[in-house]
Parts: sequence; C-alpha cells; structure tokens
Amino acid sequence: MSASPSYPSAKAVEVSDSEVACAVCGHRQSGAEAESSLQVCPACGAHRRISAHERVRQLVDPGTFEEWDRGLEGEDRLHFFDTRAYPERLEEARSRERLPDAILTGAARIGGFPVGLAAFDFGFLGGSLSTAVGERLARAIERSADTGVPFVCVTASGGARMQEGVFSLMQMAKSVAALHRLAEVHLPFISILADPTMGGSIASFAALGDVILAEPKAMIGFTGARVITQATYEQLPAGFQTSEFHHARGLIDHVVDRRQLREVLTELLAVLDTAPGDGHGAAA
Amino acid sequence: MSLPAPEEASSDAQSAAWARVEVSRHPHRPYSLDLIERCLDQFIELHGDRQGGDDAALVIGLARLGQMRLAVVANQKGRTLEERGRRNFGMAHPEGYRKAQRLFALAGRLQLPVLSFIDTPGAYPGVAAEERGQAWAIAQTLEAQLALPTPYLAVVIGEGGSGGALATLLADSVLVLENAFLSVASPEAAAAILFRDAGRKQTAAAALRLEPRNLVDWGIADEIVPEPPGGAHTDWDETAALLRPRIEARMGQLVAAGVDPARRRQRYRRLDGLFSA
Repeated sequence: MSASPSYPSAKAVEVSDSEVACAVCGHRQSGAEAESSLQVCPACGAHRRISAHERVRQLVDPGTFEEWDRGLEGEDRLHFFDTRAYPERLEEARSRERLPDAILTGAARIGGFPVGLAAFDFGFLGGSLSTAVGERLARAIERSADTGVPFVCVTASGGARMQEGVFSLMQMAKSVAALHRLAEVHLPFISILADPTMGGSIASFAALGDVILAEPKAMIGFTGARVITQATYEQLPAGFQTSEFHHARGLIDHVVDRRQLREVLTELLAVLDTAPGDGHGAAA
Repeated sequence: MSLPAPEEASSDAQSAAWARVEVSRHPHRPYSLDLIERCLDQFIELHGDRQGGDDAALVIGLARLGQMRLAVVANQKGRTLEERGRRNFGMAHPEGYRKAQRLFALAGRLQLPVLSFIDTPGAYPGVAAEERGQAWAIAQTLEAQLALPTPYLAVVIGEGGSGGALATLLADSVLVLENAFLSVASPEAAAAILFRDAGRKQTAAAALRLEPRNLVDWGIADEIVPEPPGGAHTDWDETAALLRPRIEARMGQLVAAGVDPARRRQRYRRLDGLFSA
C-alpha cells in the first residue's frame, strides 16, 4: 500500500512562472492556457495531476460548491517520526495545498444536479488516508445519504498514510461502513479514479462505486509496480495497472477523458435521477 | 499533557519491537489449522470460491465448538517448502478473498457465527493478483464483513498485515495473541515507503507501535490472549488451551447478545474516537 512509482506523464514541469511544459511530449502552454485546457496537454492528451481545489472548479457548476467540515483536523496519535516529525510534514502540506488534509468535500451541483462531492489532493502527502481524510470522506458520504443526493468521489491517493499506522488501515473499514448508509437509501456512488489510485484507497471505497470511471492512463492498483518487481522479479505486462488495463478486465466501467468528464457525469446523474423533470436537471 | 518532541525510537526500543515481529513469524509458531485442530471440536474444510478458483492461502470450513456451530475463515501459511509455495506464504490472491466472501454468505444463510484467524503478511504483491482485481476483491470482502448478519469473532494469531488482514478482521470482537501484531503494512514495506530502504524494518516496526496493548487501548482489539512463556511456538497445545476458553467466552457473549450488523458498522465508523460526530 504505497504511492505508485513516479508516473512520467503526470507532472507539469514549470518552465517559468507563466509557462508549463508537458512532461510527456514537452508541449508548452501558458499557465492560463493549461488551466483552461483542464491541465490536459492539447498536443498529446496527457492528464496532469491536479489539486482538489482545481478538480472541484473543473467539475461543479460555478458558484455551487459549499465546503463541508472545513475545520476538521486529525492528530498525531502515534507520535510518529520517520526522517521528520509527522506534525511538521502536516503543517507544510497544509500551507502548500491550502487544505486541512488530503481531501476536499462539500455540496455542489454538476450539470444542475445536486451531489455530495469529495476530491482527493495528491499533493497533500500523496493523497494518503489519514483519520481526518477518512472522517471527512465518511461524513460526506453520510451527508449525501441524509440529504438524498448521489455521492461523487474523485480519488487520487497513494493509499495508507504510514505515519498514522493502524489508524490509517482502519479508514478503509470506516469508508466502507459509511457507504452502507448510502446503499440503504438507494443512492448511487459514482467513483472516479484519477492518477494514482493505489493501496488502501482502491481496496476500499474507491472500488465500490456503483459506477466506476477512470481518467486515461491513471495508475490504479493495490501494490505498486516497483514493489511487485522487487518482491517477485516478475515481468510487468504492457500497460500494467493503467485505467485501460483494468477496463479491459471488467473492473472499470469507462475510461473518460477529463475534458468530457463533466458531461459524462451529467449524463449519469440524469439517467439515475429519481425525479426527472422536477427542475434539477440541466435540460430543465 | 504535553508529549516530548518526536524523535526516532531508541535502539533498545527498536530491537524490542523487532523481536516481537520475529516471534510472530517464528517458523514453529502454530498456524491457523494447528489452532483449529486444537481449539475446535470438529472442523470440515470447504474448498473453492465457486467462481473458478480455490486459494490454499485462505481456508474456510464448518466447525463445532461445544454446542456452537461455527463457520471458520483463516489465513493459512505453509510449514514445508512445498506447502509454503502452495499456500503462497499465507498471502491470498483474489480467489482467496472471494472464497472468504462465499463463507460470509454461507454463514448468513445458515445463521452460523463466524470465527476468523488472521495470520498473513498481507495481500500478495504479484502481477496475477493485480490482473484479477485484488483491490476490488478486498473491498468487496470488507463490505461483506460489515453486512454479515451473524456474530463474528476475529483472532489475530500471528502477522496481521495490511488490507490482506483487514479482509477477515472486521468482527464484533477482536482477540490478539500476545505476540501477534496488526499493521498498516509489513515493517519491511513501511520502511521501503518511509525510508526507501526495506532494511530499516526495525526502525519502522518501532515507529508503527505494533505492541498489541496499543490495539486494545485504541479500541481496535478487545482482548490480548496470553501465550505460553517464550511464545506460542514453544507449546502449541498450551497455546490452544489458553485460547479456546477465550473464544468460547467471547463468542458465547456475542451469540447471547444477538448481533446487529449496524452496531458492527458503528464500531468501525467511530473507531478512531477522535471526532464526536
């Protein structure tokens, strides 16, 4: 359950303050152009990793996002020290990512449809599952159930957060327990897998979507390729653990380009809408 | 109360943490079938996930303990070279998790309480396991445990590594043998992630605070079951003699209380006790 090895197409290389270059093909764009192309390279289609804040901006109807549980933070229960004290790492990530932990949750509308939304932030300690992340995720699922709206989660997570030890492991159980509430009221969970979705995240809530979508060429799997190679010396098949690899094996419903994601989500929400024609939908 | 500034554990603490891991992995430690044979009155193994596979790294079966009928699910390590390979060192493939799901479904249908034994380094880090949807299989097993309508008792008897352990851990009560541990990742994997050096496993073992007492303090386990002096590997019969009455008592309580899976879900929903929602 570790972060996947570095994914070469994922990171934008900052060329100057105002320019980014695609890490795959080198194509250059201004920062503003990159933002309006949703951080997808217009030349080669490579999807850059994006922050939770940018994800929410891209997906929701403008001005509809209301954040939940903003002040909720965890604790250093294990008093954990690896090469640095865990609280130092947390503080640094908080100020860099402008988030209390690796997830942003809230109410929003997508194509007119009300949803509960969660977006992981890979830049925050690898989007790893801390108690605070698990709690915000579980509360977002439960608030969706309580307010009668579908739940949409965009995951970008390396899996467990080692610094929270067994508490991190137990967030897998917590998220699955919360999803039971949503199922009890027959509301859909749409799980969107972004690069990367690994370890404890894909082995719990992220794999339990009623519908599972994934961005192209995202790395998805339980054990990362580097660990598999070290443990078994096995040859990895072509395209191993990509979205397309899992789609071909019946594990993901659709691989969706980020530039179509809003539209596909809107269609899904429309087909699942329990009260069509009541004015929720974009078509109304 | 303010704690001292965090720092790396002392070398004594690291050695002690590692010694415990080694006892939990001792080659003569009793494995699941050794304890099943000694703790239960009758056990009939069942085979297969009914979907095309039978993973020997995870055994399931029907059992009797005194008057109680039980369904049993257990990680199983191998003793001999041949058996270790066949049982993949107790690391299940997706077929193992699906076999566990079959057992949970069977237990629900026949109203059988479930007893699980956990002893696995973790899920299998291999290509085939990933190709066949290991993560999906684990997630579905978590879901199956939290929906199980009958009493469910888990016993961590050796290694409890990562999602592989969690697949048979989410019970109404959890017992932990004195020298067993439960961890987010094996100390080697944690060291590889934290230090990019699996060799720093001792440091990782200390930092992860693997002592079973912590699991009880944190509400993840309910009770520590003592082992014979020196550890379970010194005397399997005595280990079983210490364990059996604890299983009887705990399972008896669960059966008497009548289990509500919603309460089990609450246990795992509220587990970390940090948030008063």
